[in-house]
Amino acid sequence: MPEIIKPRPKFLTLSQIHLPLPGFVSILHRVSGAGLFLLLPWLIYLFQLSLTSPETFEHFKTYVAHPLVKLILFGLSWAFLHHFCAGIRFLLLDIQVGIEKPQARASARAVLAISLGLTVIVALKFLEVF
Amino acid sequence: MNRIIVGAHYGLKDWLAQRISAIVMATYSVFIGIALASGGAASYESWRALMSGSVTRFATFLFIVSVCYHAWIGVRDIWMDYVNSVAVRLTLHVLTILGLVGCAGWAVQILWRL
Repeated sequence: MPEIIKPRPKFLTLSQIHLPLPGFVSILHRVSGAGLFLLLPWLIYLFQLSLTSPETFEHFKTYVAHPLVKLILFGLSWAFLHHFCAGIRFLLLDIQVGIEKPQARASARAVLAISLGLTVIVALKFLEVF
Repeated sequence: MNRIIVGAHYGLKDWLAQRISAIVMATYSVFIGIALASGGAASYESWRALMSGSVTRFATFLFIVSVCYHAWIGVRDIWMDYVNSVAVRLTLHVLTILGLVGCAGWAVQILWRL
């Protein structure tokens, strides 16, 4: 069997190689999932505040009006929406939809764009811009 | 003796569970998203009425279970990928399970008090 001799060591131009877009979506899927997991107890706490009584509901409203809390919630909204969109993309890939390279790259781009767009809409809605 | 001596025989079951729980959560999220966007949490009364309905309660319970099972598989994979020490990994696995079971119980309790 003829052996292909590859030149070693191989020097990579680190300024020119980068993770392809689908890889980027994939690692962000993991990062967003980890973030949602870590803040799960806090989200349940918010859920509890919102439902226990009319008084805690009011407390919930003033609590989430704090700028820092808002910022964390926007971050979590992005994490959720990215995880949601990327997850649907993965489910489609599982059933062999869009597995060709151009389609896979396009859907990765769409996931990044749609989740960011939806996060902006959620944030604006939360800030009562509309 | 027919004993399974290789490790990853739980792979397919978890792979499927990850996807089924994802579909449950995605469906639930869309419905809750629509309810919230149409003023479902405008007041305490409307929010409580929404969450205490028997259909919502059934669905929210499924959502809570799905979140915890889904998170367990996902977080376990993260530990398996990055934590090489068996002792540390085992500890993290146990803490993850305990944390998630506790969270599930807490969330269910909030729901069932309504």
